[in-house]
Amino acid sequence: MSAVTTSAAIARPALPAARRLAPLVILGLLALLPLATALGLPAHWLTLVTRAMIFAVAALSLDLILGVGGLVSFGHAAFIGIGAYGAGILITEGQTELLVALPAILLVCAAFAAVTGYVSLRTRGVAFIMITLAFGQMAFYFAQALSAYGGDDGLTLYEKSTLLGREIFANRTGFYYIALGTLAFCYWLARRLVASRFGRVLRAARENAVRVTVTGYDVDHVRLGAYVISGMMAGLSGFLLANQTDFVSPAFMSWQRSGELIFMVVLGGVGSLHGAIVGALAFLIAEDVLSAWTQNWKAIFGPLIVLFVLFTQGGIAGLMTKLRGRRDG
Amino acid sequence: MTTSLLIVQLLNGLQFGILLFLVAAGLTLVFGVMDFINLAHGVQYMLGAYLAVTFVGLTGSFMLGLALALAAALLLGLVLEFLVFRHLYEREHLDQVLATFGLILLFNQAVKMIWGAAPLSVPVPEFLSGNVRLMDGILYPVYRFALIGAGLGVGALLWFVVEKTRTGMLLRAGASNAPMVSALGIDIRKLFMIVFAFGTMLAGFAGAMAAPILSVEPGMGDTVLILAFVVIVVGGIGSIRGAFVGALIVGLVDTLGRSFMNDLLRLFMAPASARATGAALSSMLIYLVMAAVLFVRPEGLLPAKGRS
Repeated sequence: MSAVTTSAAIARPALPAARRLAPLVILGLLALLPLATALGLPAHWLTLVTRAMIFAVAALSLDLILGVGGLVSFGHAAFIGIGAYGAGILITEGQTELLVALPAILLVCAAFAAVTGYVSLRTRGVAFIMITLAFGQMAFYFAQALSAYGGDDGLTLYEKSTLLGREIFANRTGFYYIALGTLAFCYWLARRLVASRFGRVLRAARENAVRVTVTGYDVDHVRLGAYVISGMMAGLSGFLLANQTDFVSPAFMSWQRSGELIFMVVLGGVGSLHGAIVGALAFLIAEDVLSAWTQNWKAIFGPLIVLFVLFTQGGIAGLMTKLRGRRDG
Repeated sequence: MTTSLLIVQLLNGLQFGILLFLVAAGLTLVFGVMDFINLAHGVQYMLGAYLAVTFVGLTGSFMLGLALALAAALLLGLVLEFLVFRHLYEREHLDQVLATFGLILLFNQAVKMIWGAAPLSVPVPEFLSGNVRLMDGILYPVYRFALIGAGLGVGALLWFVVEKTRTGMLLRAGASNAPMVSALGIDIRKLFMIVFAFGTMLAGFAGAMAAPILSVEPGMGDTVLILAFVVIVVGGIGSIRGAFVGALIVGLVDTLGRSFMNDLLRLFMAPASARATGAALSSMLIYLVMAAVLFVRPEGLLPAKGRS
């Protein structure tokens, strides 16, 4: 369809038109979904897609370090857990005000990301994967040991967060649009970051860290900055998740959850940002459909992941590129 | 009383460390030589345990069951290598992580479907049952001693193979520079397969040996896998010696932390808060140790020689 020649594609791999349009189309379609439920689509879909958009925020944040920065973090669910527990603990203690909870959560997530990121970023490749995984487990066991807040059984929330005393999360459609708004904002932020000088250094360091260092940039600082921003964004999604499910448990930060987040990012296409949104939506809808069909859905889902990795490269976005008859780079 | 408890816990820590070493040794070799991150290694440990349950039950003999379980675990490992892993060696770490993650989902569920979700166990073999009297009032199960012995035996064998044989020499060469080994005319694919089979056997062996003392349940491999990662990171990727030292550190720190953290904190805290803090701190302890090691030595304590 598009008339971009091969040489132009090399000079500008971003495929400008499609890239600019795809996120708008995705967000536009999402904005229309409540209309479809008003016209007869089961209301269950509204809940499901709200949940999917919350996870899309987390997947987007992971794509920022994994896709753009080339850092495969296997402990990203920890930030969702911190965000969720932050909301859960504050609500349990009677503090439902969003304007108190959210800054506190973002601060804790930033601190956790700064400390674990500082240690993890001392390593590369396989070791980085393992260390982020281990830190994720550390957060998991910490939550499990929080006996005052439910421990292993989790914590049921009897209230939702409020904004200046108003119950903004009470209405299902309202919550849907809050999740959509958050997603759109995070996407916009991530886009701006990637396009900025900071983002260019991050991307360049993925290709060749030594060369970027020699050019005079402090690669470690940029990576740590990205790690912290990404952690805060995932914490935000955890905050929303706790408010949607009215429940928080250590399972929110299990390492399987971290693996699923990676899969969402890869499914949609690494590093494209809007791919992470598509991946998260596809993952959660597939999970919903398969688990409604059989309780052994993981026995189907697991092989699907293996086949996906073996036979596609570059996720759904890459597949689309291949179908267009283009050689992928 | 405290001394006897300390001795028992030291032995428990040692035994746990040995178990971790068996799992981590295979994993670190696969990392070191192939630069391949195999999350499904924990699944192979789990399958070793489940196969031991089945074969010990079928044959009625622990040793025969163990041998059959090992053979089956090896066979399964080779099938997986042929179907999946082989196609991932050249891929990015991200692809390897994802594909082996998919295998974990599959096998955890498959095990649940075949053997059920309830924990199973293997009876301790007759000739290894009973206790050893260490001191007045301290009894320690023979089987746990056997496990420590078997682990040390396998460790020694591994050391001999890696340090003294031609295959071991190629392994070490591969760990420091695989493309060079390949360029010198060694069939690197065959070497990879040997390493992989070896690692699978070790994980299966660890699982089968753990079956009489731990509950055999779906997901049991995941915990061990993550601990094995910690071991490898602490010890240094690709290094068998590092894996051994790291495994003992992790095993001892974890076991001792869980049993003595409360008492330690009670010295300067109220009992209730000591219990809460102790529980949280002891389960995080090994990760803190890992962070500390990485902070001082990002390559681990005993990294494989020649790795950059």
